Amino acid sequence: MSTIETHTTRVTVTVNGREVSEEVEPRTLLVHFLREQARLTGTHVGCDTSNCGACTVLIDGEAAKSCTVLAVQANGHKVTTVEGVGNGSGGFSPVQEGFRQEHGLQCGYCTPGMIMACTALLTENPKPNEHEIREALEGNLCRCTGYETIVRAVQWAATNGGAGEWA
Amino acid sequence: MGMIPARFDYRQAGSVAEALQLLVSCDDAKLLAGGHSLVPLMKMRLVSPATLIDISGIAELQGVADTGSVLRVGALTRHRVVERSQVVAQHVPLLAHVAGLVGDPQVRNRGTIGGSLVHGDPAADLPSVALATGATMIVTGPAGERRITAADFFVDFLETAVGPDEILTAIEFPKRTGAGFGYEKFVRRSMDYAIVGVAVQAGEQPGIALVNMGSVPRRAEAASQALASGAAVDAVAALAADGTNPPEDLNANADYRRHLASVLTKRALLAAGYR
Amino acid sequence: MSLIGAKVLRKEDPNLITGQGLYVDDLQPAGCAFMATVRSTQPHARIVAVDTSAARSIDGVLAAWTATDIANLPARPSSLPGMDMPLITGDVARFVGDIVAVVVAADRSTAADAAEAVIVDYEPLPAVASLGQALATDAPMIHPVLQGNTVFFQDYTEDLSAEFAAAPRTASLSLVNNRCAPVPIEPNVVLADWGPAGLTVWAAFQAPHHLRNTIAAFFGISQDTTRVIAPDVGGGFGAKINFASEIFLAAALSRALSRPVKYTQTRSECMVAMFHGRAQEHKVDVAFDDSGKILALKVQVTQDQGAYPDATGMGLPVLTTAMSAGCYKIPKVAVSWRNVVTNTTPVAAYRGAGRPEASYMIERVIDLVADETGVDPIEVRKTNFIPADGFPYQTHSPLAVYDSGNFAGALDELLRHVDYPALKAEQAARMADPTEKLLGIGFSSWLEIAGFGPPGSLEAFGHLASWESAQVRVQPDGSAIIYTGASPHGQGTVTTFAQIAADQLGIDFDRISVRHGDTAVIPQGIGTMGSRAVAVGGEGVKTASTRVFERAKKIAAHLLEATEDDIVVENEEFHVRGTPSKSVPWSQVAWKSFQPLELPAGMEPGSLDATVFQQVPNFSFPSGAYCCVVEIDRETGEVEIRNMYLVDDCGTVINPMLVEGQVHGGVAQGIAQALYEHMQYDESGVPRTATLMDYLVPAAPDLPGYVSGRTVTLNPSNTLGAKGVGESGSVGAPPAVINAVVDALSHLGVKHIDMPATPQKIWSILRGSK
Repeated sequence: MSTIETHTTRVTVTVNGREVSEEVEPRTLLVHFLREQARLTGTHVGCDTSNCGACTVLIDGEAAKSCTVLAVQANGHKVTTVEGVGNGSGGFSPVQEGFRQEHGLQCGYCTPGMIMACTALLTENPKPNEHEIREALEGNLCRCTGYETIVRAVQWAATNGGAGEWA
Repeated sequence: MGMIPARFDYRQAGSVAEALQLLVSCDDAKLLAGGHSLVPLMKMRLVSPATLIDISGIAELQGVADTGSVLRVGALTRHRVVERSQVVAQHVPLLAHVAGLVGDPQVRNRGTIGGSLVHGDPAADLPSVALATGATMIVTGPAGERRITAADFFVDFLETAVGPDEILTAIEFPKRTGAGFGYEKFVRRSMDYAIVGVAVQAGEQPGIALVNMGSVPRRAEAASQALASGAAVDAVAALAADGTNPPEDLNANADYRRHLASVLTKRALLAAGYR
Repeated sequence: MSLIGAKVLRKEDPNLITGQGLYVDDLQPAGCAFMATVRSTQPHARIVAVDTSAARSIDGVLAAWTATDIANLPARPSSLPGMDMPLITGDVARFVGDIVAVVVAADRSTAADAAEAVIVDYEPLPAVASLGQALATDAPMIHPVLQGNTVFFQDYTEDLSAEFAAAPRTASLSLVNNRCAPVPIEPNVVLADWGPAGLTVWAAFQAPHHLRNTIAAFFGISQDTTRVIAPDVGGGFGAKINFASEIFLAAALSRALSRPVKYTQTRSECMVAMFHGRAQEHKVDVAFDDSGKILALKVQVTQDQGAYPDATGMGLPVLTTAMSAGCYKIPKVAVSWRNVVTNTTPVAAYRGAGRPEASYMIERVIDLVADETGVDPIEVRKTNFIPADGFPYQTHSPLAVYDSGNFAGALDELLRHVDYPALKAEQAARMADPTEKLLGIGFSSWLEIAGFGPPGSLEAFGHLASWESAQVRVQPDGSAIIYTGASPHGQGTVTTFAQIAADQLGIDFDRISVRHGDTAVIPQGIGTMGSRAVAVGGEGVKTASTRVFERAKKIAAHLLEATEDDIVVENEEFHVRGTPSKSVPWSQVAWKSFQPLELPAGMEPGSLDATVFQQVPNFSFPSGAYCCVVEIDRETGEVEIRNMYLVDDCGTVINPMLVEGQVHGGVAQGIAQALYEHMQYDESGVPRTATLMDYLVPAAPDLPGYVSGRTVTLNPSNTLGAKGVGESGSVGAPPAVINAVVDALSHLGVKHIDMPATPQKIWSILRGSK
């Protein structure tokens, strides 16, 4: 096992509008690239079977579970994390503000992934009904809220600016 | 346990020809498309290929083409693209509908139709669509192109007719424009694989296919024939589980699965417009 | 204006919604190494050999330890004598998940490679996977110190045979309270850094001081050089009070390697390593009359402790049996319990810890009595309630003297939200139409023992004490910092405690910070568990704030040349009552509180700083009434919750938004237990639900919306009147759901269905009825 050669490969990803370029092992997961190479620790890991969605980011604007994507697969693409969706001057995106206003989070661990999934939802469907919101979040587990306040958070965002803009 | 794949060598293929060449030249290689079937297995180290050949950049394998009598869907077309495609919704609406029910939104954004089919998972949704609609798989290998009917494509548990030196490049779906369809997916939790699923394609050559009713994705042959011969909905539904050997797991024993197959077949038939 | 009861947005949120929270895995200090574990794949096996040579030969591997490498360390704290849980087991593996080796490497991936390269040679032993197997004659034994697999047995506390013989009616019920995995979305994570100046441990933990005290004793080091930090913690639900072996291993490895060592549990590990909850079986006998009046109750609880009995886990049936009568006045109650070991993951606290099991049992009993007598379940409840004027109420248990509540009031409030007659009519109509889904209506009137607690209550579980610390310190600019020992993990303590302090101090909420979770900043504390943060810790904040305010008033009076009793505070200004112009701002008082020349005679500088160790005389007793309406698909057996009505009485509400959040979350976990979650083992002891693919934590589409109501009876054991609310939902929801499911099927003769009420179980019943 110690004899296996390590080939690294250069991965260049535009993360929240800024280019991050690192030599990594091909097996590096995007979530670890973001947390350890880009040092953006807002994206969390909550499971190892692609169920929990805590690692959700946007790849070229679409929600993806960054624990199920190799960093090399994001090479040359745009990735947006929870650190990238605010208004850039310390203000919150409508989705972030919705989570705050409607108590859509408690421990906060699933929250970045939830915010990214909700951002993707509102980008595609600016006025989702409750059923659509719940279905759109089926890939994100929260253990604290029971989800109703998250639904309200999305509704708050939908009536207060929608998905917002990001890098 | 659980999070980090074993080491592998990473190669990118820019064309089908290059991918085929790499498949031959690399030992123990696997193709990487969306990675949503493969990466989870690699993280658990249930699969540890020495080389991953990334084919996701091959443009010729992307997208949906209307060739007249059939829709040709490139193997790398993502579920989300299939789900949203107007052409698919018009001509193979069952496919568009079911593509929108695979996994969860994040999975649909990354997972590909070819990756899902070639994984050969009997619990996956899309094989049932291929089987119910009578799709044809286009497989390319060193000797050129092969066409494999959906019925012949799924060989065993997680095993398809695609050879180790071949690539599934496209799937041809016969047009079912205007025909009814139904898909019933029974789950305990929304994001999960179907405990049992049933796809019904109405029209001239109707078909019924089952999800998670055996080790291989399969058509409900007796029920499909009964449907073609004009049998009543209840009679067709009663035949749904004929000849199946359903798995037993925490969610369902074999009896329950057979029962669900009937119930869901009836519901899918009703959704497809049968009365 | 008082902030108590105000919907105030959380101070915690700006960090957490922007990705600026700090969880343990976010820390990556220079030189940080990564630990990974090798766990038993066998339920019960002799360990013949552990070969780490291949692992050690991998580049970047720094250590590979087996049991022999930790021979000088004690077993996991909170073990029972003779049944110790080794940090790394050397001779025998006793459950799937038992640690047999640990490896450390310079990076995460290499650590995973090294763990995979460790080769363990097992010689399987016969295992006991269930209570039934463990208690069978000639069952394989797990701990030689025991006779059989029973760790402790308490026979019935009273002989009720005369009461049962004389009763007009009796009935019995056997219940399984399904084993659940806590599944905080952040698993166990630890970062240990043992340097020349001492040991610092960052841990995802609910009680950092408890860990500090324990880890210092474990290594025989001094508490003054031992620092534990629980930064942002991604949920706990009781499971992060347990002393995970990995915490101690990471510290030992950091000492050995002279570099920080981090361990981040994977989810699949967490499913088998993080202690489980519930896992009880009940045998219940009830005696009653034709009116549904309960005359006597016998409860026998068998608690599955898993492979190694944990001191906290051993207490679960004590709590269950103490609360067995629920909110009912039952003349005679006899309880019995047995703690049993099996070759499964150890069992300890999980949200509610022993009390959801009790409410589930007694609320099922109430519906059974209703079913047997034909009296409506609402009436049976009302017939048996402890009346609103019946407090204090000494229960059958010396542990529990209920001090407040209005159970009939909560049920009446619930029935204002639920149109019960209309639902009954709909139920009958649907039953008559075979094309319609069946409808079920289930109630639970529940109470719980919370607010841990009175002196002795937590000591019994190995804690230093049962008070909670609170320090209130006014800064020279008139802002204030609260230091609490009640380290939170999602409760919103930073917000609620600032609300409490703002009211007492007259300082603006926005200028009050709450610090927690670092034993170097907060010297003493107990922790957040047992719905105690507000009822004990919040009361402490109030007490300390009041003391500081009294001193501030003295200073203000001195500065205003007025008498202290005439000083009031408004908008951060002290002034003389009735003379607003004669005023001094809080900031001035604060500034001068540090200047000896400005202080009244006898007052020390820096006196606007008070620390209390808040005690409370009793537990608290949150209560409520829930109603669940389910629809059941007659063909598939699928249960769907159509409505969930929730009336909670948690006493004084500090922040209604946060109370609602706690209730929703607890109810969600309660519904999950009732319909989805079940940690299962096969007959040989291999877990069958060891990933989140198989263990069904519900997602948003799987859970209903909630209708909430409220009643308020004050907690007489603190001046806030608050009772705590963290566990309420998980106590009240499961019986409401299962009562509804049974109600939907009762026309088929169904008396009970064990949780989780899966579609297959219900289909089997429906099929059998045809």
